[in-house]
Amino acid sequence: MTIPKFRFTFWKAVFVVIMVAGIYASYVRFRYGLGASTNLSDQFPWGIWIGFDVMCGVMLAAGGFTLTAAVEIFNIERWHSIMRPTVLTAFMGYLLVCAALMFDLGLPWNIWHPLIMRNPHSVMFEVAYCVMLYTAVLALEFSPIVFERLGWTRAVKAVRSVMIVLVILGVILSTLHQSSLGTLYMIMPNKLHAFWYSPFLPVFFYISSIAVGLAMIIFESSMSSKYFGRELELPILRDLGRVLMVVLAIYGILKFEDFYHRGILRDVFVPSYEQRFFLLEIFLSVLAPLALLSFRKVRDSAQGLYLAAVLTLLGFVTNRLNVAITGVENAVGARYTPKWTEVMVTAMFVALGFAIFGMTARYLPIFPAEKAHGPALPKLAGVRAEEPVLVHAGD
Amino acid sequence: MSFGILYDATQCIGCKQCEQACAAENGLPYDDKIAGQNFTSANKFTTVLTTDDKFMRKLCMNCEDPACASVCPVGALQKTALGPVTYDKHKCMGCRYCMAACPFGVPKYEWDKAVPGVRKCIMCAPRVAQGKPTACAEICPTGATKFGDRDELLKEAHKRIQDNPGTYLSHIYGETEVGGTSVMLLSSVDFGKFGYREDLTQRALPMYTYQVLSRIPDFVPIFGVLLGGVYWITHRREEVAEAESHEKPADKGGAQ
Repeated sequence: MTIPKFRFTFWKAVFVVIMVAGIYASYVRFRYGLGASTNLSDQFPWGIWIGFDVMCGVMLAAGGFTLTAAVEIFNIERWHSIMRPTVLTAFMGYLLVCAALMFDLGLPWNIWHPLIMRNPHSVMFEVAYCVMLYTAVLALEFSPIVFERLGWTRAVKAVRSVMIVLVILGVILSTLHQSSLGTLYMIMPNKLHAFWYSPFLPVFFYISSIAVGLAMIIFESSMSSKYFGRELELPILRDLGRVLMVVLAIYGILKFEDFYHRGILRDVFVPSYEQRFFLLEIFLSVLAPLALLSFRKVRDSAQGLYLAAVLTLLGFVTNRLNVAITGVENAVGARYTPKWTEVMVTAMFVALGFAIFGMTARYLPIFPAEKAHGPALPKLAGVRAEEPVLVHAGD
Repeated sequence: MSFGILYDATQCIGCKQCEQACAAENGLPYDDKIAGQNFTSANKFTTVLTTDDKFMRKLCMNCEDPACASVCPVGALQKTALGPVTYDKHKCMGCRYCMAACPFGVPKYEWDKAVPGVRKCIMCAPRVAQGKPTACAEICPTGATKFGDRDELLKEAHKRIQDNPGTYLSHIYGETEVGGTSVMLLSSVDFGKFGYREDLTQRALPMYTYQVLSRIPDFVPIFGVLLGGVYWITHRREEVAEAESHEKPADKGGAQ
């Protein structure tokens, strides 16, 4: 077994700095409590640990259900090769969301309570169950990759035989909780600003999660090709870019109609605190990516697709933060900016996401075998890593 | 029978004995400094506000159909049959959805504690269960805070407005706000002056979520069958191909 030479790069240095600060912030959180580690208050009980870590985290992991549905259910066979990294991104995303939730809960050791103390009228209860079950589904969808690495052929076959059931279950659970993150806010008609409070909020959350799922796949593929020296799956990304364009267009039209029917189109042009953030959001999430993708040149080029994807991601992150923070600030009469400890914990989870993905890609057969380039997998005893059976989530 | 509190601001003299009795009942500290605070907190469940010589109490409204209880994933908050909305810290996991959902900003958090909980007025649930009035109503020297059957109190409130023209606003705060609350307020000046929102919906807030959540049981089987059906149809090509490969030796030319 050859150990790859360790090189200290700029990004590794950034990672170390973020981790040190994040671990110290975690210490402050668990030693001194939420009061000492956050800028949360009685007026503002939810900050970026909910707004970003949970709401954006779940959204950014939506590529898992989007792609498994496309490949396994809609049988789009030519997208097969990007299944594994996508399922990995999703699985890792959900694990990080669960970990981040432990920071935000006041009594994290009671996180298992919804298992036995049930309130089916609570959206939070539904989200808790869906996220828990879907994380289990993702673990199973991901498991063949590990089994394959260990050479457990029978286990791979066993999971494969129930894969379509897992995929359908995963899509249902995702549809439920992606939309329910929006439903969480349905109980606040007098709190959330009209730009975001809409009877269609769950629908917007669902459609945007699909757009973000697609954008995330483009983003992740581009990053992988850059940092693992892999050949870019450009034909697939071009397909995804087209689908992304359609999904964004549907989202944009629905958003327009929603505003029109609720009679608030005019408010979009009246300067206000919320208006600025809304314009930023709609520009990043819909207008700019749609404008870019409408050019064939952009749709066909790796850089163009990457740019459109990044804008989409930033746009919908802004959207979730607007719902969670901007949209309620005036109603509760308080402004919220996260404390450094909150920012560092969040940064730590983002950094962990990149690091875990990188490590997993290095040691597990995430990418399909490629001609010559691509890092050779270090061999484990008794494993035939050089000829991976073409089994991935959904195979 | 469901109990309630009727607070008549015109009868209030601002003595703050309700604050003191509330603190004693809930085992909270009370001194001049706390008496001076014009807001509720994890250590002060009710407060008497003063604006232009007019008084107004703040306390949990103990909604008839409370948002806090409906959103609590573990049922730590409960609307009891007697009226009070109670809280059980042993169930709570600290998600603070109750705080985000409350239209009155009532639930407060023990931010500085290592084992924090939600704190709020629970309309003296243990006392009410024993057939006693709330501590604040019992101590009130003028009867401005009155405890009793909610329906009776509502009738009385209407009667007071009718019998004293010009004294009251013709608005019983809590009669219909968010579907009605166990605590109701009468005043001669705008409730908005004391931070009470007058634009609140008349519908019970849990209905807003229920109209979405109630569709899930229908949605799951339909969507499941739909996805299964799409799978079945889109994979037909492979089935056909497989069937043909079996048939091939027997009928070679006819299949095309």
